[in-house]
Amino acid sequence: MLVARGLTKEYKSGTQHLTVLDHVSFDVPAGAFVSIVGPSGSGKTTLLGLLAGLDTPSQGSVSLDGVDLNTLDEDARAKLRGEKVGFVFQSFQLIPTLTALENVQVPLELSGTGTVREAATRATDLLTRVGLGDRIHHFPQQLSGGEQQRVALARAFVNDPRILFADEPTGNLDGTTGERIVELLQELNRERGCTIVLVTHDPALAARTQRTIRLRDGVIVEDVFHTATHQHAPA
Amino acid sequence: MTTATLLRLAWRESRTARRRLALYMSSIAFGVAALVAIDSFAGNVTRSIRNQSRALLGGDMALQARNAFPAVIDTIADSLRMANVPMARVTTFASMALAEPAGTTRLAQVRAVGRGYPFYGAVETVPADGWARVHDDSIAFVDASLLVALDTRVGDTLRLGKQRFTIAGTLGNVPGDAGITAVIGPRIYVSERWLPSMGLLQFGSRAEYEMVLQLPASQQSTSSAALVARNLRRRIDPVAAALQEAREARGDDNERAGPGGGEAEEDTTVTLPLGVDSSAALATADSSSDTRSATTDSASAATGLSTRTPATRVRVRTVADTEEDLTEAVLRLADFLSVIGLIALLLGGIGVASGVNAFVSSKIDTVAVLRCLGATSRQVMALYVVQAAAMGLVGATAGAALGVAVQFLLPKVTGEFLPVDVAIQLEPLPLLLGLGTGVWVSLVFALRPLLALRRVSPLQAIRRNADPAALPSEWRDGARLLVDGLLVGSVVAIVLSRIGNVREGLATTAGIVAVVGVLWVAATLLIALARRTTRPSWPFELRQGIANLHRPANQTRAVTLALGFGAFLLSTVYLVQANLLGTVQATTSGAAGNLLLFDVQDDQAPPLDSLFRARGHEVVQRTPIVTMRIDAINGRSVTELQADTTVRRAGWTLRREYRSTYRDSISASETLASGEWFAPAADRNAARAANPDAPFALSLETELAQDLGVSVGDTIVWNVQGVPVRTVLANTRTVNWGRFEANFFAVFEPAALRRAPQQFVFIANVPAGDALSTVQRDIVRRFPNVSSLDLTLVRQTIGNIVDRVTLAIRFLGLFSLAMGVPVLFSAVAATRRARLREGVLLRTLGASRRQVARVLLAEYAALGALGALTGMLLSFGGAWGITTFLFDTPFDAALGPTAIIAAGMLLLTMLIGWLTSRDVYRETPMMAIRDAG
Repeated sequence: MLVARGLTKEYKSGTQHLTVLDHVSFDVPAGAFVSIVGPSGSGKTTLLGLLAGLDTPSQGSVSLDGVDLNTLDEDARAKLRGEKVGFVFQSFQLIPTLTALENVQVPLELSGTGTVREAATRATDLLTRVGLGDRIHHFPQQLSGGEQQRVALARAFVNDPRILFADEPTGNLDGTTGERIVELLQELNRERGCTIVLVTHDPALAARTQRTIRLRDGVIVEDVFHTATHQHAPA
Repeated sequence: MTTATLLRLAWRESRTARRRLALYMSSIAFGVAALVAIDSFAGNVTRSIRNQSRALLGGDMALQARNAFPAVIDTIADSLRMANVPMARVTTFASMALAEPAGTTRLAQVRAVGRGYPFYGAVETVPADGWARVHDDSIAFVDASLLVALDTRVGDTLRLGKQRFTIAGTLGNVPGDAGITAVIGPRIYVSERWLPSMGLLQFGSRAEYEMVLQLPASQQSTSSAALVARNLRRRIDPVAAALQEAREARGDDNERAGPGGGEAEEDTTVTLPLGVDSSAALATADSSSDTRSATTDSASAATGLSTRTPATRVRVRTVADTEEDLTEAVLRLADFLSVIGLIALLLGGIGVASGVNAFVSSKIDTVAVLRCLGATSRQVMALYVVQAAAMGLVGATAGAALGVAVQFLLPKVTGEFLPVDVAIQLEPLPLLLGLGTGVWVSLVFALRPLLALRRVSPLQAIRRNADPAALPSEWRDGARLLVDGLLVGSVVAIVLSRIGNVREGLATTAGIVAVVGVLWVAATLLIALARRTTRPSWPFELRQGIANLHRPANQTRAVTLALGFGAFLLSTVYLVQANLLGTVQATTSGAAGNLLLFDVQDDQAPPLDSLFRARGHEVVQRTPIVTMRIDAINGRSVTELQADTTVRRAGWTLRREYRSTYRDSISASETLASGEWFAPAADRNAARAANPDAPFALSLETELAQDLGVSVGDTIVWNVQGVPVRTVLANTRTVNWGRFEANFFAVFEPAALRRAPQQFVFIANVPAGDALSTVQRDIVRRFPNVSSLDLTLVRQTIGNIVDRVTLAIRFLGLFSLAMGVPVLFSAVAATRRARLREGVLLRTLGASRRQVARVLLAEYAALGALGALTGMLLSFGGAWGITTFLFDTPFDAALGPTAIIAAGMLLLTMLIGWLTSRDVYRETPMMAIRDAG
């Protein structure tokens, strides 16, 4: 599903070169639930950005569902994201001017999938699925943090993405609420067979995924499969 | 994404920003309002002129002359009468009106009209049925203001010359008369049958003669009327008609100064019925000066060729001529006003650009999320361009509505100045044009900042630390270059389309570009200065405030531009007004005496002198006036000179009638430009005794000498009512025509003209009150043809006109201030988000509200001071240019008042800065962090 080969990201700061990621390679098979962990500045978010095609690597390549992202320009990558990728952010990133329902509909509208009515039905179903069936016409600021993140989850799944990227999805939530979000992620992963890659600080959350990739100073220092029997050495 | 989806998403997404976006877009409203109001009103006026053009002329055709009609006109009148063509004569002249038995006097404009006039439209009177009796009795209809001035009422007796009239009613609307004429000199309408018994029209009297015709229905069309007019011209003066037809065939009938003096006699004279010639005010400048006004009488007086043409030039005017002249005058005025509208529109564009800039920086997060969710940059652009266009439409619609409102109000302000009743109605074309221009300008100006949204990276959604405002930009960005080109192209195209004349259009564009350029450079210098001069020793608030001027994504340039432009406009309008009004005041205060007498005949001068002397009043000035024409220059006759195409001469200078004077000394309003003033009288007399045939010394006004192509030492032979007078040009003078005095093109040494038939202008000093009115009354009784004018009244009259003009200028000033405010709001709002975030951070770190306020005040004070000062300096340049080149008056920089305007602008900036940032003071740090986060 997701293949990273020799991913390197360097930043120029004046005359200095800063290597944030250094030749990172790994594979994520379809349907997997993978967490990426590591301390601040270890390159987690950079890696997530590269994997989702939000940014381009200095070296190396990412293949998403068989498509080499390096061969696409930004707009083509956006289109690919619209079709195959879902996102969940730490700060929810709902569009403040749209209602919960409208927020969930956006990806469908951007990609032009289905009729307006179909999009609305689908979005309502998903919102009901995450437990917000009675709050679909509320604006983000009228919802609690947990509710907002559930709207974000519904939005991420509305396009039936092949892969979902989550950046600290519970980072802004209290324990119980975060727990509920993780459960939802797991359920949706199981129900829809969607690949999930999440970045987190939280070891408890990481432990609940099938596999944890640990980064430090831009290299993979550990790659653990929690439920499987074999273990990879860092690439 | 389908268009419907795009529109739906754009509508939803704009939910909370609509009001803010509409505010930014409202910057455009004033420009659109100005354009719509000006264009619609011009449309209304030209339409009204078209509908009322027959009434304006009073008939289908008019023959007009400044002197009594030549005999050929009587012949023509006879043959027209045989053909049953209705016609009426109208004679207009200034005369003293004497109320009896009160004995009060007032200079008035008398119109003696023939039976049947006007053939179209009606003379409105109170009582309404009064006009029907005008030819039956010796009755007069007068302006209500005359009743007040003379302290009389309807039914009293009014004496004009030797004829007594009963005042039968007051005048209302008369076709072709603008209301303002009554301010200059009240009107009196009487029947023409009383002309002989009034005995007012004597030698040299200034009167306008008109014969109005009503053509048979079959000949009323424009082409038939033109044909009739041509035939009439041929009969009146075959040679002149042939010359003009030849010129028309060449297509240069408007040429005024060509070799041989080509000039279109009929078409160059705009007889706007503003009463210029019969105006009391201008009558004093009498002699030749009024030929320099816009409504030059040069054409009609240009009979010069005494050898072949009749002494009186008769103009034949058709309805189409009247319509064309008036429409042209109105359109020129509209063009001039358009410049204000244009500037408002462009200033609005700048407001839109800075407002949208602010809008863009608040939308970066949303765009990043949309990009994560799969939106292409094209979709993002489309989303926000649709929003900007919609809000531009809202702004332009608001502007158009305001414009229509102003259009309906304008007749109340301008009605008195216009000769037609303006029928106000909605003009669809100007409305659509204003709307279209407004939407286009707001869109073009919004596009540039919107382009930045293409560069928003989806990474922004997960990287919260990137500075959202500092979006990377590339110089060689194709789309941006395209938008820049579109912007410049649109501005030039709009300016050129508004100002029809390419040269003036380009000059206006250049002026606007120069002002923008100077402001831009000033802002850039301020940014550099702020970066260099900040010292650690300064108080924290000041350092922080000044640092804001050069921090990334600062709005220093936008605010300076908006503010500077506003200050520039306001200050320029003020300076031009102050300078022009200064001139007018100097004009009216120039004359030494308070009673002016004109049309004094040769034999009336001595008895008038003794009349004044007997009552102990001083005659301050007694100026003789002699009428004459040029016969030859340097031995070549006028005919010969006109045929000579090798020398450029203004034709009118050769043909016109000159009203000249003679005296020994140069007057206070003149300065010697070349040569030397006349020798002392004793020397001249001695020289003349030695050589009686020597030419007389002559002084010419500088520009006239240039137009005639003569210089000191050249000889000119004048035809002084049949007697040739040989002169040699001794010197040239520059003349301040604005002074309230009798000024002349040609001044002779006294010996040359002393014995010529002449008239006099007297200026006397008579104590105001009873003495003055008694003198005026006695003069009217003894010398009915002599007009007298109380200069105090004239000053009041001019004061009245000045007040009206001042009101109009103040309105323009206020308008430019009003249009600056939303622009300033937009510019300041652009930095609001950054200021809020920073203010909140400072407060979280323990800064008091007062400290945060001081930081903001320091920044806005610096911005306001720079914008206001630069605008003020620029306005000195602008106002100097306008007064010097457009109005030809000296420029005086009124430092004090402009400094007050600048200070006002500074305070306004600080106030707006404080208003837009007041959330920082109002909210708790925690709440604000949530909002701004």
